[in-house]
Amino acid sequence: MPIYLPIAELPVNIFLILGLGVAIGFISGMFGIGGGFLMTPLLILLGIPPAVAVASVPGYMAASSFSGTFTYWRKRLVDLGLGFVLLSGAILGTASGVWFFAFLRRAGQLDLFIALAYIVLLTAVGALMMTESVRAILRTWRGMPPILRRPGTHAWFHGLPFKLRFRQSRIYVSAIPITVIGFAAGFIGAVMGVGGGFLLVPALIYLMRVPTTVSVATSLFLTLLTMLVATVLHAVENRTVDAVLALVLMVGGVFGAQFGARAGQAIRAEQLRLLLGLIIIAVGVRVAADLISAPVEPFSVVPKEIWE
Amino acid sequence: MRRGGKIGFWAAAAFGAACLAPPAYAERLVTSVSTHRVLITSNFTGTELVLFGSIDGAPADTQIGAYDVVVSVRGPARSFVTRRKERILGLWVNTDSREFAQVPTYLAVMSNKPVAEIGPPEMLRRYGIGLVNNVLPPPAGNDAPEVPPEDSFRGAFLRVKTNEGAYTADPKAVTFLTPRFFRAGVPIPGTAQTGDYQVETLLIAKGAVLAQQQTAIEVVKTGFEAVVAQEARNHRFFYGLGTALLALMTGLIATLLFRYD
Repeated sequence: MPIYLPIAELPVNIFLILGLGVAIGFISGMFGIGGGFLMTPLLILLGIPPAVAVASVPGYMAASSFSGTFTYWRKRLVDLGLGFVLLSGAILGTASGVWFFAFLRRAGQLDLFIALAYIVLLTAVGALMMTESVRAILRTWRGMPPILRRPGTHAWFHGLPFKLRFRQSRIYVSAIPITVIGFAAGFIGAVMGVGGGFLLVPALIYLMRVPTTVSVATSLFLTLLTMLVATVLHAVENRTVDAVLALVLMVGGVFGAQFGARAGQAIRAEQLRLLLGLIIIAVGVRVAADLISAPVEPFSVVPKEIWE
Repeated sequence: MRRGGKIGFWAAAAFGAACLAPPAYAERLVTSVSTHRVLITSNFTGTELVLFGSIDGAPADTQIGAYDVVVSVRGPARSFVTRRKERILGLWVNTDSREFAQVPTYLAVMSNKPVAEIGPPEMLRRYGIGLVNNVLPPPAGNDAPEVPPEDSFRGAFLRVKTNEGAYTADPKAVTFLTPRFFRAGVPIPGTAQTGDYQVETLLIAKGAVLAQQQTAIEVVKTGFEAVVAQEARNHRFFYGLGTALLALMTGLIATLLFRYD
């Protein structure tokens, strides 16, 4: 059944978009990630203009991160203090990212930068998760106890000023590294059109030593806030938010996320991380293949933006 | 007597004019499009309009094939940038680019035979016949070859647009039902931009344009689609806020529906 998208100005099959929402929602519910890094490229592949895809996906991500945030909120796992310090960095990062995005687009090298960023980040994060989870799986097979929280080693950034105590996270650190992490997630999110949760969670767990559940809960809370803000900003600045596209994705996404969350609970954590690592690496390899193999059509045509 | 003399005068004048001007100029073109407004509704996937045309003043013994007809449909103009990828350090990277200023977003050139057989290149260029002559036509009096070799960007632009379905050249779309009556199907794709589409019909014989007809069709959004597009343009902040609230509501409803703890 076709449905006409009023802002993208083209007809799409409603069941295809709904199915995409369910599938990505399932993955994001299962792994506790936003799924923007999968959704945005797939929509562009379906022929949705990139400007519309990047501006409409945040609405979908807000909806699908809502139920997760709600559940964690009731269990008091969201670290509000940590969330707001991260948010202050993320807002600065998003603003710089939007500016950098415009700069690259003018230079005509946006595609290249996005592709390289995807390859480097996805393969690095994916490889990290895979090696770590394979090690954990091997340990369980050999009957060794899983490594729990590592003892409180002191990294260089523990000497920085403006120390704050975050109760739920059970950490006492300077606000500077947390703001920097928020900034990086916001910057990369704005440039790559993704939520940045897939960077935030590992950074909080491995660098800041925040407990995994609090990391995931706080990251989801941050995703919800930044994606709501991003929707309004894109609507005001770019006028490319397609509410019809966003709604169809949201409806599919929230249902998919519910089933994904239940499926995720049935799988062991390290196996879950291995699967997610595989998905992330697969996307990275796909992007790399596009960049290395000779294109069928070496020319591309894009509409010239009015403000350029 | 006086009256008869006047008629005689006009008859003589008309005869003289007919002798001086090429006789071909006697033909007139009458065209009609099946609709002048294409409405985009929520199930719009594209449509086809039909243009009918009649050639008035053609000689009685006209055969099919005596006239050629070219129908050009030009959508709203917009500027595009075409970029070329080249291999640098093993990666395919955008290197060169050309801007195509104010070219049609949609272009359909329909004719009864390939445009190259309709007239000499100079005439095709002057009247903007064929895809290539609608995009960056070389300046008048330029005796450069048809497509300059360095102009691979124009060829690529037309190729990409044709593959997208935005540009079409159909040398069989105009069919003569009688020697003086023809029809042409005008496809409007689902991806068509809203705005005014100019429909130009040219009547040609032996490489010379005999008559020309212009009409316009309007592609507009209607109903729900129009409301959404208007709100997105006119009340940007509230539209964004509305979409954000929609996300919260969808999330909340799903959470309540699936609550099992």
